[in-house]
Amino acid sequence: MTKRLFLLCLALLGAGFSAGCGDSRSHAQAVYVLIDTSGTYAQEAAKAQVIINYLLGTLQPGDSLAVARVESRSFTEKDIVAKATFDARPSQANAQKRAFREATDRFLKNVKQSRYTDITGGLLQGAEFLNETGAGTKTIVVFSDMQEELDKITIRQVPMNLKRIRVVAVNVVKLSTDNIDPRRYFGRLEAWQKRVVAAGASEWRVINDLERLDAIFSRT
Amino acid sequence: MNGSPFWMLWPESPALSIFVLAIVGLVFLYAARKPMHELLRAVGALLGGPLRLGARWMVTTAQQMKERNRAVLLAHGRHEAGQRIEREFERLGAVVRRDLQGYPTLQRKLLDEITRIEEDYKKCGEVPPPPPDWVEAVTAMANVKTGGSEMVQKILEEIKSSIAKIHDKAIGEYRRSYETRHKILEGFMPFWRSVDRNIAEVNKKLGDLQESAKGVDGLMSKYEAINAKTDKAEHALTVSAFTQFAIALLVMAVAAGGAFINFKLIALPMSEMVGAGDYLTASLRTSEVAALVIIFVEASMGLFLMEALRITHLFPRIATLNDTLRRRMMWIALVLLVTLAGVEAALALMRDMLIADKQALIQSLATVQQAAQADGWVSRIPTAGQMLLGFILPFALAFIAIPLESLIHSSRTVGGVLLAALVSTLAIVLRVLGNVARRMSRVLITLYDVVIVLPLLVERLTKAGMAMRHSAVDADDSAHQAR
Repeated sequence: MTKRLFLLCLALLGAGFSAGCGDSRSHAQAVYVLIDTSGTYAQEAAKAQVIINYLLGTLQPGDSLAVARVESRSFTEKDIVAKATFDARPSQANAQKRAFREATDRFLKNVKQSRYTDITGGLLQGAEFLNETGAGTKTIVVFSDMQEELDKITIRQVPMNLKRIRVVAVNVVKLSTDNIDPRRYFGRLEAWQKRVVAAGASEWRVINDLERLDAIFSRT
Repeated sequence: MNGSPFWMLWPESPALSIFVLAIVGLVFLYAARKPMHELLRAVGALLGGPLRLGARWMVTTAQQMKERNRAVLLAHGRHEAGQRIEREFERLGAVVRRDLQGYPTLQRKLLDEITRIEEDYKKCGEVPPPPPDWVEAVTAMANVKTGGSEMVQKILEEIKSSIAKIHDKAIGEYRRSYETRHKILEGFMPFWRSVDRNIAEVNKKLGDLQESAKGVDGLMSKYEAINAKTDKAEHALTVSAFTQFAIALLVMAVAAGGAFINFKLIALPMSEMVGAGDYLTASLRTSEVAALVIIFVEASMGLFLMEALRITHLFPRIATLNDTLRRRMMWIALVLLVTLAGVEAALALMRDMLIADKQALIQSLATVQQAAQADGWVSRIPTAGQMLLGFILPFALAFIAIPLESLIHSSRTVGGVLLAALVSTLAIVLRVLGNVARRMSRVLITLYDVVIVLPLLVERLTKAGMAMRHSAVDADDSAHQAR
């Protein structure tokens, strides 16, 4: 009787492990935060610290986080202010988070305004970073008014690949022209949505209330 | 098509159509009565037969299961009662060895004391010698008549004073003698007390022995009842198994709660050892599985410890090991358990540190800085509590082996009884369904006849008319023949 029970337990354990070991998906999250530093939006940059702090408090060991600025031309690694894949050990991950916070603090205290706004370049760079992490859930957080302005020689009419990446536009402030004609604001957001969805993004969202970030980053 | 139903023979006259169709239908049903009856009976038998067969099979199976359960239950009960009697006898033997081995000494002591008391008693019996014979002479002299003689008077007075002296002396001797005897009697007291104490002790030991013997008698009666396979013994064993099952289940539930707390204590710090980013399934982290494995290993070590201590008997191989090997195994299990308990205590401490670190990080990330908490001894109580729990819980979990054994042993009886009850219930259900199928076919046959009641009435009348005609013809024939 006991022997049979033991064998049954062993078989159940084996079945459980074989079922469990079969799950090779990555459960890590990777988040790429783009911070607009152009024109008047540079004043808003300080608010980005709230998002970064929230992400640092929410992300788990093994997750990845990068913060980059949106400049006149943003498709470059040089614009990445800080990036880290947090260690699997919680104590090490906490130490990394502290260092990360210090790095972003330094950047946000000395934000330099850029003449143009290359959001597309930032998205391309972010997608590249996120795909390299191999994370299961990939998110680009765009902290911008979503008003793209490029110089004459910069070419951004290139196909983007945002497959299985969520794009969240945060703190999309209204411009003075939007106040005159709200259609411009909604049109701008709609145009971005179309573009992002056409690029294969899994989701497009706009969150202006920074308190609602948990709806996106809470783990299911 | 004019919209009227297809079965309308005369669309302009629906009543007539329905009437004609009803007549045709009745005729058809009347014509098909016999085969329809047979069909309904066959369907009833087709459904009812297998159901009744299944019910009979289930009744037989339930009976076999009950017999098998009974055999297993009685065998188990016999084994348990035998073991208990064996243990009781061992205990009784130990009591006899411990208490009665001093009996010869006690007996000698008692005899010595009694002999001494007897000697003293004899001494008490020694009385002073009786008054000398001259007392009679004095009495005779006292009866002498003085006759007024002065000399006789004087002699008598002298005799009187001598006698008074002698009397005083004799009285003094008597008093001294009684004093000595009183002293001897007083000297009895400690011996009496000692004898009383010894006898009381003997009584108590004999009483204990008698109680134990009564216990053995009770167990022997139970064993005999089990051997005789009486219904009462079976019932008692079944009830006992159910009680054991319920108690074991309750204790296991409590232990599961303890295991859950244990899991919570070590799941987070285990991520520091095996990493927090690995997942076995969508929601099961490797660190959580590692924590569970540690808890299971602790429970297993506890199981082996209990087996090696011969408290439980789940593994016959361990029970049959020789004493040296068994003792080694016990020590190995104990050392591993203590090590794991130490590891858990360390993990509990690490958990506290990790949580504190995380809290500090979150506090530093918060936009509004919270006031720092005082780092006094009060704040260390949860840490100490966690460490203590981490150390104690593995040992507490080790005792799961005892209710587990009870659960496993009693579940055979409980499961068997419940399964037999289920099979019996199914048998009843199948029997009822079979009967319903058979009765339903009869009901349908009767209903069929109710539907075609008119043709049946016509048939009955026709048959009656024909019978009357036949009887009239027969009567005519008889009359002709008589003429």
